Amino acid sequence: MFKEFSGKSVFGGIAIGKICIYRKQDNLVKRQKIDDPEAEIARFDKAREDAKAQLQGLHDKALKEVGEANAMVFEVHQMMLDDLDYVESVQNIIRTQQVNAEFATATTGDNFSEMFASMDDDYMRERAADVKDISNRVVAILSGNEGGGFNATEPSILLAEDLAPSETVQLDKSMVLSFVTHLGSTNSHTAILARTMNIPALIGIDFPEDADGHMGIVDGFEGKFYIDPSEELLAEYQAKLDKELEKQRLLQELKGKENVTLDGTKINLYANIGSVKDVADVLKNDAGGIGLFRSEFLYLESSTYPSEEEQFKAYKTVAENMAGKKVIIRTLDIGADKQVDYFDLGKEDNPALGYRAIRICLDRVDIFKTQLRALYRASYYGKISIMFPMIISVDEVKKIKEIVAEVKKELDEQNIPYGEVETGIMIETPAAVWMSEELAQEVDFFSIGTNDLTQYTLAIDRQNPKLDAINDTHHPAILKSIETTIKNGHKGGAWVGICGELGADPTLTETFLRMGVDELSVSPSRILAVRDVIRKIDLSK
Amino acid sequence: MKEFNYTITDPEGIHARPAGLFVKAAAAYPCNVTIAKDGKEVDAKRILGVMSLGVKQGMEVTIKCDGDQEDTAVAELEKFMKENL
Repeated sequence: MFKEFSGKSVFGGIAIGKICIYRKQDNLVKRQKIDDPEAEIARFDKAREDAKAQLQGLHDKALKEVGEANAMVFEVHQMMLDDLDYVESVQNIIRTQQVNAEFATATTGDNFSEMFASMDDDYMRERAADVKDISNRVVAILSGNEGGGFNATEPSILLAEDLAPSETVQLDKSMVLSFVTHLGSTNSHTAILARTMNIPALIGIDFPEDADGHMGIVDGFEGKFYIDPSEELLAEYQAKLDKELEKQRLLQELKGKENVTLDGTKINLYANIGSVKDVADVLKNDAGGIGLFRSEFLYLESSTYPSEEEQFKAYKTVAENMAGKKVIIRTLDIGADKQVDYFDLGKEDNPALGYRAIRICLDRVDIFKTQLRALYRASYYGKISIMFPMIISVDEVKKIKEIVAEVKKELDEQNIPYGEVETGIMIETPAAVWMSEELAQEVDFFSIGTNDLTQYTLAIDRQNPKLDAINDTHHPAILKSIETTIKNGHKGGAWVGICGELGADPTLTETFLRMGVDELSVSPSRILAVRDVIRKIDLSK
Repeated sequence: MKEFNYTITDPEGIHARPAGLFVKAAAAYPCNVTIAKDGKEVDAKRILGVMSLGVKQGMEVTIKCDGDQEDTAVAELEKFMKENL
């Protein structure tokens, strides 16, 4: 059954492959009366055994991939399933209330998790999640509702209603050829992930549920999606895909070449990354440094606050692998659409205008200091710069500098070495643009975050797909803001870079160079394409 | 019955991983094993109970072994605590 769909492209490219639908774990449990409690208990026992077998599989996989310490959690989950308090509670509910095993399991899971959650201790809240997790697993098996998540066994086209950041973190990215979602906007995290991975992505595709396992084609250039394409269409797209690959191969020849215009203007071309693993792509694509290392992954992938030691190791690894090239690490930028359970940030009416990024760090200084200590310690092993997000005032920067001074003093007293660290701020609020002349006096560099700057300047929620049509990223107000920031930055002695999505927009590269930008930081996969554009520009004309 | 007290030195307390190891160690003996903190006593062979104590660094716990092989159990569990917690 051939089907054709039109949607909106968020990243170009061609993908051909099997379709795999990402299913959210949906365990809506109904309470049902049953006649035979013993049979129901037998069902529960069987599901519990199956769940343990699954966990054993996950344990063995994790043991190979991430080591014993990280695999232990799956063993602990197995032990929880064997815990007599847990098992007896489920059995009791089935017997006394004469209800189905699903309901008894879910209720027991809720009871235990509430007990842990009420202990008012960050660590215990995590255990609440553990109990929920094992209960959900058993309920999913009982109700035949398994196969949640993304279970591709070969590289596939991923179809989803929508993907949350926490869900994309857990994806096995080597199995994803393309992202196709029903919801989501051009600036959603899935879109950013697609750009980072250099794979095509579409949004606004209302796909049929029975597409799972069928053959598909994604055309990220035209915004088209095909299910069960004909032989001719397949051949046509295979030819396009081959051409695309050839183009990428040609770009590879730009490796080792300078980022210099025809008239001799040189700029720095750095890469944006979101985890330690991305460093390989940075080096592969010949970036001159890392212009934005988002440190959130440390917090998003962890179930509790990452320790100084964990952070230090991650930063040190990146600094060492970059071997003396600049690594600009942005301090914690959570809140708004990036939620981390254990931070317990609470619900906000206007999260984008809310408690996020530097606002959290200046309020919960202990978390901020832990990160700063790790960063300074790692700076001894490479060329690390630190950048602070969501700045709106000179006062904030002064407060940050006081805290940085305290951290350095503590390290001095403990005889812990650290290197020379440049500090800079993100310019991503209109307030920071207006104050850029004063702010430049306080820091070594500016990095313009165009995604948030666009959102805050145009007052357009970047998560709202309804506004995509009027979300003009080339709006003159944005370009004027960038120009002002560069001019004022230079006046105050700060160098200025652009690290948002706009930095990789080839139609604006010349405009930015004429404004005098010192650095562009783009996804690793975009480095060579932007270099190609730079090398064809002549600013003397 | 044999018992001993131990003050947790691990900065993370009896977290999921060490709790799992501890429960496994306790389950290796036929005798009853309990662990108590601030007067709250739970079966040391049940992981949810052990976790529910919320034991952190600097807290003192009492471990009791009662029954078959209680001498070995106490000695081995004390050794385990010193090495792991």
